[in-house]
Formats: sequence, structure tokens, C-alpha cells
Amino acid sequence: MVVLGGLLPACAQAGMGDDPILTKVMINQLEQRRTDGSDPLVVEAEGWIGRDLHKAWFKFDGERVGSAWESAQFQALYSRAVAAYWDLQVGVRHDARPSKETRDWLVLGARGLAPYFFDVDSALYIGGNGNLGVGLQAEYEVMLTQKLVLAPEARANLFARSDKAIDQGSGLADTELGVRLRYEVRREFAPYIGINWEKRYGQTADLVKAAGGSTDDVQFVIGIKSWF
Amino acid sequence: MSRFLDISPLGKFSRRRFVQGLAAGGALAALGGPSPGRAEQLRLRTGPKVLGGSRFDLTYTPLPVNFTGVERHATAINGSVPGPTLRLREGDTVTLNVTNRMAEDTSIHWHGLILPSAMDGVPHISDGFKGIRPGESFRYTFPVRQNGTYWYHSHSGWQEQTGAYGAIVIDPKEPEPFAYDRDYVVQLSDWSDEDPNAIYAKLKKLSHYYNFRERTLSDALQEVQAQGWEGFWANRGMWNQMRMSDRDISDVTGYTYTFLMNGVPPADGWLGLFNKGEKVRLRLINSSAMTFFDVRIPGLQMTVVAADGQYVQPVTVDEIRLGVAETYDVIVEPSSEQAYSIFAQAIDRSGYARGTLAPHHSMVAEVPAMDPAPILTHADMGMDMSMMMGHGGMQGMDHSQMSGMDPKAMDAGAMDHSSMGGMKCGGAMMAPAPMNHAAMDQMDHSAMNHDGMQHGMRPAVTPYAAQSMGGGKAGFGSAEKVVHAPTEQGPQVDMIADAARYQLDDPGVGLRDNGRRVLTYADLRHLTGTVDPREPGREINLHLTGNMSRYMWSMNGVKFADAEPLRLKYGERVRINLLNDTMMNHPIHLHGMWSDLETGDPNYIPRKHTVIVQPGARVSYLVTADAMGGWAYHCHLLYHMPGMFRHVIVS
Repeated sequence: MVVLGGLLPACAQAGMGDDPILTKVMINQLEQRRTDGSDPLVVEAEGWIGRDLHKAWFKFDGERVGSAWESAQFQALYSRAVAAYWDLQVGVRHDARPSKETRDWLVLGARGLAPYFFDVDSALYIGGNGNLGVGLQAEYEVMLTQKLVLAPEARANLFARSDKAIDQGSGLADTELGVRLRYEVRREFAPYIGINWEKRYGQTADLVKAAGGSTDDVQFVIGIKSWF
Repeated sequence: MSRFLDISPLGKFSRRRFVQGLAAGGALAALGGPSPGRAEQLRLRTGPKVLGGSRFDLTYTPLPVNFTGVERHATAINGSVPGPTLRLREGDTVTLNVTNRMAEDTSIHWHGLILPSAMDGVPHISDGFKGIRPGESFRYTFPVRQNGTYWYHSHSGWQEQTGAYGAIVIDPKEPEPFAYDRDYVVQLSDWSDEDPNAIYAKLKKLSHYYNFRERTLSDALQEVQAQGWEGFWANRGMWNQMRMSDRDISDVTGYTYTFLMNGVPPADGWLGLFNKGEKVRLRLINSSAMTFFDVRIPGLQMTVVAADGQYVQPVTVDEIRLGVAETYDVIVEPSSEQAYSIFAQAIDRSGYARGTLAPHHSMVAEVPAMDPAPILTHADMGMDMSMMMGHGGMQGMDHSQMSGMDPKAMDAGAMDHSSMGGMKCGGAMMAPAPMNHAAMDQMDHSAMNHDGMQHGMRPAVTPYAAQSMGGGKAGFGSAEKVVHAPTEQGPQVDMIADAARYQLDDPGVGLRDNGRRVLTYADLRHLTGTVDPREPGREINLHLTGNMSRYMWSMNGVKFADAEPLRLKYGERVRINLLNDTMMNHPIHLHGMWSDLETGDPNYIPRKHTVIVQPGARVSYLVTADAMGGWAYHCHLLYHMPGMFRHVIVS
């Protein structure tokens, strides 16, 4: 929303040039998940500052139970437009979990709109500890009316090696399938409800079960999506 | 016979005046006879005042306005939005002293006027002109070498969006070749309560922010019902692969705009009086920032007598599309003692501006309903419909056009895509459905669900293909092969129209086959004949390009800030070929020199200053570079202007 005068050559318009520095903050998920057991608050936010072709991005994914963060993931990326609908995103990611070790990764990602209007966020993660991870995320929007939007989404995480210290196994670690129905009160503000299904697999599932966590969880969610 | 430009009987507006949006016109009629309040309300429906003579003092001030019930500030000239109508005389030398009492730089550009570059009012482009600083004045002085209807506006920042515009009427030396009894300016514009910087930022962050006419699930289900699953997928395939919306008509819509006619919001409507039997001249001007208006007057036909200020051979129509910055002069003859609505709907049907022509101020005209929202077709992508195998374009199954294909290679799946025509989208050539040559020979055309194909698509050939175009001689457009510059590759361009056509007789998306006679460029003929008969010496190709979702606009894939100036040799005659590699209509305006529009008739080439290039279409015009110096050349959609712009230098 903040508009800064750019370093632009004199142009025929005394006002803003064609490519000003802009910022955008997107809170994609701010939701309460209801399930048997703990009801976490999940926050997924991202934002950028920059121009048409070059931007600096941040991403935050966090889960909070009660008054404590159970997990928090931070990313700082340089994003470059490489095709009409695709950005290449390169940077770092820091995973924090209370009472567990932190993990740091190098991120090589591709973010954009695939044919048939699939919103895709994918990345290769190169771990400081030698691990390799792949994250895939795809979302689709069905317009039920001009303001009522049904948004199914799918996520998956895969890892080359297991990392027992943080209850993560090798291979396919987890998937998440969700469908959220949002009502755009304004473009920038949309409350929603939905269903989210988290599942863990293979070695990851064993590790999580051993630690007392769930490996197959269906949650009812209620939240707000907004940007500015 | 002298002509008087009708003005409000009460004349002057005070400098800092609230322009109120009033209650609906219905309430006005319901009241009894005139009252002091009523006189005030009438005054506010008649539009800005008129200034005459040859010396003018114009002052920019911030003006509190209220078009929607919310108070905002406009960048106003002489205390009104629109600014005063300037009434000039052909042959006079005029002096206009423009004073800036705002906090930011400003300017005035005299749109459509032929004058020296230094007087053209575009900061850093017009010779020696750097804009008018706060507190300063600039004296424009130039001989008036033409007559007709024009307009003026700021060329600084986004001031055009915030009220910095007005009309210019130039009385001719010789009497007009048509008669009329009344004379009204009908100036259309768009007003938003939002800061234009905020509008631009929103377009950058979510380019479809203002579009509330997107396809919904029920549209899809209806189509499946009408066309079956196969027809539905075939139709939708192209749009889905290109990731484009067929409902993307206007960037900024009635969601934020109130549309004004002579500065009056549609709730009240502008008012023009006439006596039965009189001929009324309406000077239609589109001085909006981002809105194409489709103008009609239910019950009245319009005889077009001038376009962009230039006389044309009269042509009578029911409806006219005015692109941003265009003007048309029409004569209407209201034959009954009734009120008529001048109805100007936005091209995307998200709102309208309106006015009333009536014998008496108390009469109320019926306002028609808006047309349905237009839907773009595959042909609007500039595709060669006959090549659209497997994508629903079954109209022209002309196998002779497929001579570039080796049947054996097709079976093997190794097709020579370069011989096919079709879309290159997002930089990647789209792979059509694999063809089974044997199956094609046996194709049963009757099973091809042609009803589904018709839906929303216009045919590949006439009536919307100007067959005579592309001959190369003056009047016929370019015969050169279309080439896309390598600079069109990259994230700044999302689409390339491989088979763009001249379609001068196409009324445009939203006006096709609506049961009304709609004006097209093919109808425009210079009244007295082609002015400059010379053939062009060379051709200049400019492709209108952009990336809609990133909201980046350019020419040949190069934005203004990165572009070399376009250099013309003084006195030369060139052909400029515009090709629209986007899905939007762009009104392209060349300052300082006429655009001699090629319509297929070499003997009556019309001169325009602003030319609409339709989605996926081509337009060519001839330009005589008879004006020295620096000139702006750009799309007149305000939020496209920063990128889709070139600096023309004639030396």
C-alpha cells in the first residue's frame, strides 16, 4: 500500500512512473482449526516490496496452540519475473520449533499461475544439514458468485533424508488437502470457513506417532483472508 | 446564421463551489413549479460555463467536489469540473495563460490541435516545456489553424482522473456544411473518489480488482448444458491455457467510477433543451481516463458530421463507440415533444453517464437498461479461426490452408507448428490437440456441435473482415508480413496475436449484432477527399503489448522508460502499423500530426487524432511529419500511458 517515489527518469507524467516501488502484504490464512485435541491457530502470511520485475519477498507459516508457537517458518526471498506468469524465487528459510532444533534451508522456488488457472508455489529446499526437501502447493479458485469463492488447495512435502530430531522421515512426509469457502466483503478482506485434512506418511508418520502426535487429522477451519 | 453555444442562464460559478450530486431525476419532476431550490438544481445540471475570445486566463486550484455523497478534492481549472469550455475562432492567434495554484506540477495539452511543439503541453516531451510549477504561470500562444470540436487536459501525473479537462469549440471561418439550431457540448468523463495512485497500485497488485463480471460456476454449467462437455472443453481450452479472462473489458469500472456527462452524475443527468423541429448539434467528447462509452439516444438517430474535429461525409447511425479521447459531432432532429435520454454506457456495462434532451426542464426521459456485459471471443485474441483444429473454431475447416503439414509427420505427432497460425501465449507455443489425420478425413461435421461453436464467437470472415485491406497502397494498409519484435519476448508480454486482422468494419466487442446500426471506422470518409495523396515512403511497426496480470504495458515489448525515441524526417510520409497483441481496446493518440486512417477507401481517407485498435486487430494510418520537434505518442488509457508511450522526434 505504501507508494514510494521510484528512481525514475523524467517522464511525460509528473506523477508516478510506470513502475513504482510498491508493497503488498497477504494474509492468506489466519484461521482457527477445530479438531479432536488441540485447536491450533494457523497463520500463513507473505508479502513483497519491489517493482514489476524484481521484488523482495517474505513468507511466514506458523502454528500456535494456546499461547505458544508450535512451529514457525520464515522465508526471505528475492523474486524475479522470468515469464509472463512465473517468478523465480531464491532465498533462505528458517524453521523454528520449540524444544527442538532449528533448521535452515536454501530455497529455490517457482511461483506463478499454471495453465488452467492453478496457483502454484513450489520450491526445492537445500538443507544446511545436507538434507533436500521439495514443497509443492497448488490452489484453484471456483467463483460461485462474484464475491463467493470456493478454493480447494493441495500441498505436499517430500524429503531426501530423514531427520529424526524433528520427527521428519524421508520420502513423502505429509500432505494437506483443504477446501475453503470465502466471501469477499471487499477484495482485501474475506472471512472463510473450510475443511482441512492433514496426513502424514511412511517414516514421518511413525516418528510423529511415536512422539504422540496425530498422523491423520480432519479439521474444520474458520478464518480471515486479507491483503493490503 | 449565428450560433450560440447554449449555456446556463445563470452563468458564473464561484471559484470554490460544491458540486452536489442531487436526488434522482424522478424527484425533480415530482416537485411542483419552480422554486429557488429548483433553479439552483437546474443550474447544476447544465454543465460548465463557456469562455470566448482570444485571451484566456486559466487557473488550476484544488476544488472540493461531491459527486457521490462523499467530499473529495478535484484538480480543477477555473473552479469547475469539467473546466470551462473554450470557444475559439479559426484564424485567431490565441493566448492562454495557465496558472498553477496547486501543490504539484501541472500542464495543459490541447488535444487534437495543430500547433508548435513548444505549445503542446507535455512535460519533457514538448520542446522546452518542463511543466508548470506550483505558483507559476505558463503562457501558451499559437495560431488556430483548424475548426471543430476538441478538448484539453492536464498531461501531468494522474490529474486527468481528478477533473483536469475541458472542451474546446472552434468556430470555422467558412460556414459549416450542415445546419443546426442548437449546439451542445456533451463531454463524458469518469470520476473516482479514490486517489488515482491507489487505483494504480491496486491494478498492479490485483489486476482484476475492479472486474466484477468474471465467469462463475453457473456460467460454466450453462455452457456445459448448451454445448456438452466436449464443446465446453474445446471452447474453454484456449482461455484456460492462456490464463486469460474473456470478461476482461475495462481495467477500472463502475465499481469505483461515477460516470459524468458535462460534470453531472447520472442520478441527475445533464439537461439540454430544444424546441420541437429544431436540429441539435451534439459535440460528443470522451474526456475520461479509462472508459470507452457507447452512446445512443433511444428514439433518435444520430447523423455523424465530424470525427475528431474533422468533417466527414454524413452517416446516420443509432450508436457510436467513443474511445478515450475521441470526439464525434452529430446532428439529431427530435421530432416529438418529449424528453430523450442521451445514454452513454461504459463498454463493460458497469455504469453509464446520461443526459436528457427535452423541450422543458421538468420532463423526465426514460433511461434504457444497460446491455449485457460483453464477452470476448477467440477471434478477439487475433487468432486465425480456420486453423483452430480441436479448439472449437470449426467455422472454416479449410483443408487447403493446412498445406504446410506433412500427414505422416502429423501421425507421428511431430507437427511443424510454425506453419500453423495460432496463439503464442506466455512465450510458449501452445500444443494443439494431437491430430489423427485419418480421423479427420472421416470427420462428421454434423456431429461437431456447431451451436456450441457459435456461442460467443464471431465468424472468421465477413461481415467483420475488411477484405480490401492489406494491399500496400495508400488507403489499403500494409502489405508487409507481420513480424513480432524479439523484444516482445519476456515476462512483460503475456500474449501475441499471430493472425491479427484489419477489421475496420467491426463495431467492436459488445456492439456486434445488437440490432442497432453502430458506427465503424469503415463508415468514416473525409468530407472533401483525401488531403495528402502521397504514398508512404516507409512503414513503422508498433505492436501494442502488455502483461495484463502484472499490469505492465508497452509497445513492441519495450516500455517508454526503456525506449529509444521514434524519429521521423520532417516532411516525410510514413505508414504506421499498429497491431494489438493484447485483449483490450487501446485508443492510440499521436500528438501534433494527423493520423490519416486507412479504411480501404483511398479517395476519402479520414483524419483522426485518436484511433482505437481493437483486441487482436490491426490498424494502419499514414502520417505526414509536417510538425518539427518533440511529440508524445501513446495509449490514451491513463493507467497504460506510463508504459505504452513513445517520444516522437521530427527533425
